[in-house]
Amino acid sequence: MQRIISVQVENKFGVLSRVSGLFSGRGFNIESLSVGTTTDPSISQMTIVTEGDERIIEQIVKQLNKLIDVIKVVDLTENEFVEREMALIKVHARSEDRAEALRITDIFRGRIIDSSPTSYTIEISGEVRKIEAMINLLRPLGIKEIVRTGRIAIAREEAKMLVQRERKVAEG
Amino acid sequence: MKLSGSQILLESLKKEGVDTIFGLPGGVVLGIFDTLYHEKSIKVILTRHEQGAIHMAEGYAKATGRPGVALVTSGPGATNTVTGLTNAYMDSTPIVVITGQVPSQMIGNDAFQEADIVGISRPCTKYNFLVKDVKDLAQIIKEAFYIATTGRPGPVLIDLPKDVTFAKTEFKYPDKVSIRSYNPTVQGNKWQIKQAALAITKAKKPVLYVGGGVVLANAHKEIRELAELTQIPVTMTLMGLGAFPGMHDLSMGMLGMHGLACANWAVHDCDLLVAIGARFDDRVTGKVADFAPQCEVIHIDIDPTSIRKNFKVDIPIVGDVKFVLKDLNEALRDSFSQNGDLKELRKPWFAQIEKWKKERPLLYHQESSVIKPQFVIEKLYELTHGEAIVTTDVGQHQMWAAQFYKFKNSRTFLNSGGLGTMGYGFPAALGAQAAFPEKLVINISGDGSIQMNIQELATAVVENFPVKVAILNNRYLGMVRQWQQLFYENRYSSSYLDRTPDFVKLAEAYGAVGLRATKPDEVEDVIQEALRVKKPVVMDFVVDPNENVYPMVPAGGSNYAMVFEDPKPVHDDKPARMADPDSILTA
Ligand SMILES: Cc1ncc(C[n+]2csc(CCOP(=O)(O)OP(=O)(O)O)c2C)c(N)n1
Repeated sequence: MQRIISVQVENKFGVLSRVSGLFSGRGFNIESLSVGTTTDPSISQMTIVTEGDERIIEQIVKQLNKLIDVIKVVDLTENEFVEREMALIKVHARSEDRAEALRITDIFRGRIIDSSPTSYTIEISGEVRKIEAMINLLRPLGIKEIVRTGRIAIAREEAKMLVQRERKVAEG
Repeated sequence: MKLSGSQILLESLKKEGVDTIFGLPGGVVLGIFDTLYHEKSIKVILTRHEQGAIHMAEGYAKATGRPGVALVTSGPGATNTVTGLTNAYMDSTPIVVITGQVPSQMIGNDAFQEADIVGISRPCTKYNFLVKDVKDLAQIIKEAFYIATTGRPGPVLIDLPKDVTFAKTEFKYPDKVSIRSYNPTVQGNKWQIKQAALAITKAKKPVLYVGGGVVLANAHKEIRELAELTQIPVTMTLMGLGAFPGMHDLSMGMLGMHGLACANWAVHDCDLLVAIGARFDDRVTGKVADFAPQCEVIHIDIDPTSIRKNFKVDIPIVGDVKFVLKDLNEALRDSFSQNGDLKELRKPWFAQIEKWKKERPLLYHQESSVIKPQFVIEKLYELTHGEAIVTTDVGQHQMWAAQFYKFKNSRTFLNSGGLGTMGYGFPAALGAQAAFPEKLVINISGDGSIQMNIQELATAVVENFPVKVAILNNRYLGMVRQWQQLFYENRYSSSYLDRTPDFVKLAEAYGAVGLRATKPDEVEDVIQEALRVKKPVVMDFVVDPNENVYPMVPAGGSNYAMVFEDPKPVHDDKPARMADPDSILTA
């Protein structure tokens, strides 16, 4: 089963390689990994998409927690969350196809961010399914290049509050 | 007053109570060694190889419980530490390794003797640091010792560029550290401990399965109290030997691949398995599906990742074994004082264990002409009264030492359990001897293993360490030969050592004492003589080259299906094969 794990780490050099090295060294799979800083510049936030059964996910979460630079690990898949990915897609856009490319971009609420006589570069963000659907529609026009960020995700605020409330109850 | 990086390093090490450093100098660390030149309170032991230095630091740490320290140069010095770092990582040994590095401005330029040791050692250290600014140095050293010794202990590496050792700054050593992302759990969960106590009270056929974590946590008193209070028989892993006295009535000895039959069978039959500071290593469990198949499992460990990694657990308790056992004993004291005669309740269980012990004791047959290796170990045990610190290398001799030397005390059996590093034992013995100059330290080795770090004989002689080396010389990479006999139809591919050196002459060449025994009746004399001499001694015991370690669980097999002697050939020319050599559980 696919899982999205959110990891807060110290914003120091070498931390990314510790995290990715943990996955490669122990034979865990990384489907995507994205990193950026948070409101606190000393902390970075990673979103890791991975796959595995209960036991493997338990190990991944525990092993991540064990890394000295890891501050917090949350398996977002356990609760409600929202996720996004962004992609830049460069398509062939010869005169007879330009209208079609614009139309598809419009349907998916993408944006043209660069154009040349023979191509468009489209920016799109959303859930993975949406990005994939758009790529499929653009494919007949001829895709020159795709760059994707990998997924980022965040817990839904309502879910977060609920979890906190439950925890309070559990702790009495 | 401002101090240089080298001086800060030295002062910080003093603050950490370091009295001994093992190492070997080189270009980028000359400044540090120069600072150590007049230092009285820290002894520097010059080794002949950096791998030797790391293993010595490990031996020092395992014998004392205090972190061992090594100091080496950049590039080749640093890469020579990798085996030792991995070894320490696998065995959770607290060591701090300081490597020199080329000057900051040259890092990444393929400078002379540059290696990215921070990158190389990342997967084999608990943590590592590259010092970029001398202002951070004191803080980093404090954190390094803190990380190495707390939680699940382990090796920490500090990479120190040459310019940082010369740069100056104000020295202030931090009193405390707190690392927001690192907070190991010490106390066990009270509710879980209560559940564990309940399970123990109810069990009819319980077993304590004790691992190296008990040694690391110095919890030998607490384990003994638990076993005696609740009358539960104890089995130990290789790393756990010594944590509970080997001659105690409740001891069943070692379990696992070359463990004792009664221990393996008791674990198979028990209704409650209490795993303490043990990690269900594949050498212990054999085929996992058949290990402790029908019991409840309590697992106490400081490292949450150890729990449920490869084995089901019903009651997990994360915490420092010493603290958890104190609480557990406390919780049990009441119920067991009310529980009437415990010995009566456990009678059938103990009767069964006694029966197994009698049925399949450890056996070997000492004939009159050739020395059996087990005989040497028994004599060593007898003549040292089990009081020595014993280190081993890896192979048959290691297993015989584990089986036949009955360890009384914690921290007296130093072993490469996790990585299985040949060449570990001798330098580890020197490290232990450096820590305890007055104690008797014996390295039991094989003719293969000793040759992997034999150059440290020079260190032993120079330092006047009276370490005794007992080589069980079988002219083979013995454990490999055993596997080839049992699993590869006697094809002894690259396991015959052919021309082993004359170890007596070799010892003498280094300035040590060499002794040899070729007949059983010479064994005792050689050991007596070695114990008498206050110098490093190499004892060359020429033993039966065909002796195998038994009992044995064939690779990938189940612990209850042990083999007790060489399988009989099926036809005259075709020896019987024991198991599948391609099993995922390997030599
Ligand atoms: C550095 C290293 N290389 C290879 C091995 C694989 N290995 C395990 S036991 C063994 C044989 C050890 O021979 P020896 O030291 O003579 O001891 P014996 O088994 O004969 O007692 C070997 C080669 C190892 N454990 N460590």
